[in-house]
Amino acid sequence: MTTFILKRIAAMFFVLFSISVLVFLIFFATPGVDPAARIAGRNADQLTLQQVRASFELDKPIPLRYLSMMNHLFVSQDLTSYVNRGAKVLPQLTQAIPATLSLVFGAAIIWLLVGIFMGIAAASSKRKWMDPTISFLGIVGISLPVYWLGEVVNLITQSKLHNSVFRWVPPLGYVPLTQNPWQWFLHLIFPWLTLALLYAGIYIRVLRSEILTVMREDYIKTERAKGAGEKRILYKHATRMSLITIVSLFGLDFGALVGGSALLTEVVFGIQGVGKLTFSALQNFDLPLIMATVMYASFFVVLANAVVDILYAVLDPRVRRV
Amino acid sequence: MSINEPASVTLSESPGKIALRTLARDRRSWISLSILGVILLLALIAPFYASSIAHTDPFKSTLNATINVGGVTRQVLEPSTEGLGLGITPIGPTGRPGTYFLGADNQGRDVAARLLYGARNTLFIGASAALVTILLSLLIGLIAGYRRGFVDSVLSRLLDVIWAFPVYLLSISLSVVLLTSGLSLGFIHVGPGSIALPIFIIGIVYIPYVARPIRGQVLALREREFVRAAVGSGAKHSTIIFREILPNVLPSVLVFIPIMFALAMLTESALSFLSIGVQPPQASWGTIINDGLGLLYTRPVVALAPGLLIVLTAASLNLFGDAVRDGLDPKTRARGDS
Repeated sequence: MTTFILKRIAAMFFVLFSISVLVFLIFFATPGVDPAARIAGRNADQLTLQQVRASFELDKPIPLRYLSMMNHLFVSQDLTSYVNRGAKVLPQLTQAIPATLSLVFGAAIIWLLVGIFMGIAAASSKRKWMDPTISFLGIVGISLPVYWLGEVVNLITQSKLHNSVFRWVPPLGYVPLTQNPWQWFLHLIFPWLTLALLYAGIYIRVLRSEILTVMREDYIKTERAKGAGEKRILYKHATRMSLITIVSLFGLDFGALVGGSALLTEVVFGIQGVGKLTFSALQNFDLPLIMATVMYASFFVVLANAVVDILYAVLDPRVRRV
Repeated sequence: MSINEPASVTLSESPGKIALRTLARDRRSWISLSILGVILLLALIAPFYASSIAHTDPFKSTLNATINVGGVTRQVLEPSTEGLGLGITPIGPTGRPGTYFLGADNQGRDVAARLLYGARNTLFIGASAALVTILLSLLIGLIAGYRRGFVDSVLSRLLDVIWAFPVYLLSISLSVVLLTSGLSLGFIHVGPGSIALPIFIIGIVYIPYVARPIRGQVLALREREFVRAAVGSGAKHSTIIFREILPNVLPSVLVFIPIMFALAMLTESALSFLSIGVQPPQASWGTIINDGLGLLYTRPVVALAPGLLIVLTAASLNLFGDAVRDGLDPKTRARGDS
């Protein structure tokens, strides 16, 4: 088991290293791209370009530049922005992380609760309309563009109805939890519901189908033969087994959201999180900031993948031998 | 009956035919295909609608135009009367096909005509990107799974890296870099605003999603008796791959087509919404939602209509994907999954 975990962690660092190289190459070595021209602005003359190259160390060989950037990012932690000269990158990132985590955690709690309760209810019900309804919810969840759904929510809560039903909804933005917990909650409630709506449908569908599959397993038949009640079988055995799938699905979704998929939600609702920070960095071609946010994002995704793998190995010893 | 003619032999049907028959009997496939058919038709008539019904150029700003609605002459871009009185409000939906059926955007362009043209770009990019993903994944999956060993390790690690890179982050990074300078790889030159860029970018980022399962299947098939028999009888690699392995991975590849189409389409819309996908004056449903952002509270239809079309198309594709999966995989059918 220990070897498995060590191997998994080694693989994690390898992937993180490769991603940092990949990002660096995308921005510095794509054929036809000249970062100096991007920094200097349009119509810059040759002299300016050369000054820019010299002051941003763009005239040095690529491997050296990569090492220098990694050194500033991880070792001395004083990497500075290309756009706001002198502004350090890491504080900007750490300031943005609470907003993103607030958004994703809140939404995750809602969609997990809804998904698990309704998934179990759907599996235990034998009503005819259940099948198509659950399928429909799942399909809508994967077909809705989150930014558009967010706009629709804004239209409903911020426009005409804002003077009556939705008077209590604050304008778009984010208030830190430590500053005012009630305002934090009010600002985030609709972004949470928007994100949760997308995921809840999928979770209901997956959990229900998992429970129904487990219910056909032999050991469930044995339980039944031993005289266990249907309720006990559903909760004690079928649901517990099915939650393993939900846990792994959740790990991946959560990692991906914290890592970057929340970007569109943050942009639409004006939440100053890592996603929004990344997006503005990308638009300004602020490579140090991009590098920092991308490394942070990949770290979460890779970590989530590793945790899920290790969890699986704990739960299912067969995996360890692979 | 002559002697040469065989007596009525009951041939068992091929799996393909069984799948098609199941699919044809499935209500979901008919519903989804009809919706997709209508949307495709709308995309096809775009030039006709613009030139012969609406008499408008959906790519040109018309700032001072006036139109005649039911005998009343109105400006397409009316001076704003609501709110702070800043700027202009484009004309709202008139409900008359031909004269700004869905109203105008903030440059006075006919929204309905742009939606139809947007459908062309969105559908074309989605379908092409899905095709790129699936073909490259098939290639990678076949090579990695068949050659195994070192080649497999290298390709699998590469897939792991792309897999760990959040899809939106990777596609946004690539778009930001490539949209300003275009792409020049050897003799291939792609201009900065070309729709080949989103196709290429979206096609690449989803490869791990498809290539990993295909590789796994090929690895498993490689160990099966019939493949070993082919290897043992000295068949060429190409024969084994195309005759023995490919037909067996084809069903899962087919299942991926509608799903990847939907995913690629959604990604294209998101990139275009962030204005790093399809470039103006070209339209896609994502760019129209972006155009409608500033008009959200005055002329919500500009942002709502393309979004509804995206949901409808993506949902139809996913519904069709479900039907295809159930048709091709007898196991899920037997389990009675929804």
